[in-house]
Amino acid sequence: MTLNKSYEAVMARRSDVMRKAVGIDYDRFESGSIAFDYDRMMQETGYTLDEMRSIQLSCGVGRTPLLELKNLTRLARHFSDNGMGARILVKDEAANPSGSFKARRAANAVFHARKLGFKGVIAATSGNYGAAVASQAAMQGLNCIIVQECYDSRGIGQPEIIEKARKCEAFGAEVVQLTVGPELFYIFLLLLEETGYFNASLYTPFGIGGVETLGFELVEQVREKFGQDPNVVVCTHAGGGNLTGTARGMLKAACNNTQVVGASVNLQGLHMASDQHFNRKSFTTGHTGFGIPFAVWPDRSDVPRSAARPLRYMDRYVTIRQGEVFYMTEALARLEGMERGPAGNTSLAAAFSLAQAMPKDQIIVVQETEYTGAGKHVQAQLSFAQDNGIEILRGDPVMEIPGTNIVLPEHPSQIKACDVDMDRLRRSYIRNAFEANDLFHPIESDVRFLADDTKTDVSYVNKIITELASASVS
Amino acid sequence: MGKAKKGDWVKIHTVILKPGQRAPKLPEETLHVPLEMWVKGALVEEKASLGDDVTVRTITGRLVEGRLDDILPAYRHSFGSFMPVLQDIGIELRALMEKGERHDVEQKL
Repeated sequence: MTLNKSYEAVMARRSDVMRKAVGIDYDRFESGSIAFDYDRMMQETGYTLDEMRSIQLSCGVGRTPLLELKNLTRLARHFSDNGMGARILVKDEAANPSGSFKARRAANAVFHARKLGFKGVIAATSGNYGAAVASQAAMQGLNCIIVQECYDSRGIGQPEIIEKARKCEAFGAEVVQLTVGPELFYIFLLLLEETGYFNASLYTPFGIGGVETLGFELVEQVREKFGQDPNVVVCTHAGGGNLTGTARGMLKAACNNTQVVGASVNLQGLHMASDQHFNRKSFTTGHTGFGIPFAVWPDRSDVPRSAARPLRYMDRYVTIRQGEVFYMTEALARLEGMERGPAGNTSLAAAFSLAQAMPKDQIIVVQETEYTGAGKHVQAQLSFAQDNGIEILRGDPVMEIPGTNIVLPEHPSQIKACDVDMDRLRRSYIRNAFEANDLFHPIESDVRFLADDTKTDVSYVNKIITELASASVS
Repeated sequence: MGKAKKGDWVKIHTVILKPGQRAPKLPEETLHVPLEMWVKGALVEEKASLGDDVTVRTITGRLVEGRLDDILPAYRHSFGSFMPVLQDIGIELRALMEKGERHDVEQKL
């Protein structure tokens, strides 16, 4: 019997398709209510840190250099009060085989797929993860398909995504390119059914576990070089895996007092599923269009329960503007002799601002860089933006309106990370958990789970539950 | 050009969902356009011209049907046009670096 391939029929089979394609029975960790056993899921279906380190070592992944950005630190101190201006370090993740930290996630996912006997892997991603999976599949001898959202309805492709497609194809992957729309997931499911390949989702325990080595390594390196723990670690935040994995790895290194900061590019006002907005944004990831939705509802991903749970680990969340990131990308090249990004420099731009409010003897770590190249370059992105009617100018970055203009600072003192209200995010997450479960009378284990998942406590969650319940009655 | 022979590397185009078939809750402008797909592979037919309905064998061995969109497709993305907005940033930063740290400057004054 041939399967019905209509959109509705395929979407209705989604949980079945996903179960076969990731080899995890998520039901085992469910409580039947809001709560699920996150820790047990991570333990039983993932790998230990030592196992992950040895898998990655065997694939040339990890052990990237930790570099001190002496000139950018000195520049930040220009604008700091006396005694202020923390040392800025960067973990040069571009040194991984595929050019980004995503190689860590891919190494584990592809290793796991091979171990389970899958012939190939599929990932739905327009970002660096595609190249990472393709690179690891090449190394480990599996077939690979990458599904990208790439073009608008005029057939115009985002140059950064086109470059990623090129890189995937360079590693021997098949790239399926689509126009804008969340139905990408439908194609993804169809391909999983057709090929029987492994779903190398970004959000499985092995994908997230793969990033733990990054957090662990950076703590080891900071301790070795400076004899102390980092005071702040800044992670570019989109789907939440980068921050979650890094923070978990830091905790495994017994680094318990470091502040974990998420940073996203501010794309407020642009709709992620809009055909017209698609090519009016100059960042394809690391932006608030993913960062906020994935923070307030992590289980929106392509697996039933996401292993990336950013609010569980995030102490602070800041946004930074497109023009500020482009400016810092240029500054990194000119003052440090490193051409990276631009999207991966989101956390760098934020760190440059945050360092100024930290004492001089403290350390702030930017935990990733990514490769740069044609399409994926500050000049390529600005030029593309200009061709799409975006005004490009120098000025005060507060004047930037996503989709209308990009304002590169006139002076580095104008680069300012802006805080996102964590309380609002936590509240919104708790509300979403309620609505998804149609449950306004949670049991004790749900409250405990929500407290853990928002890095708060039971009394905080209970207070919000009471407010939500009274709002729903009125 | 415009003609491909069996085994040539080509790109095909397919409409996956027509405007009326798209997922609910999409922004208006996305609802009114089709969901389109492009895939590359080796041409299965003996010969074909641009715009013909063809089949390709992708690198993973899948057979996919679609309309012939490009023959021997090249990468044409680039570093874009020269952007004057970037011209002076490096120069300004170097000049700032020569000034020293703010409190150093203050102490000297």
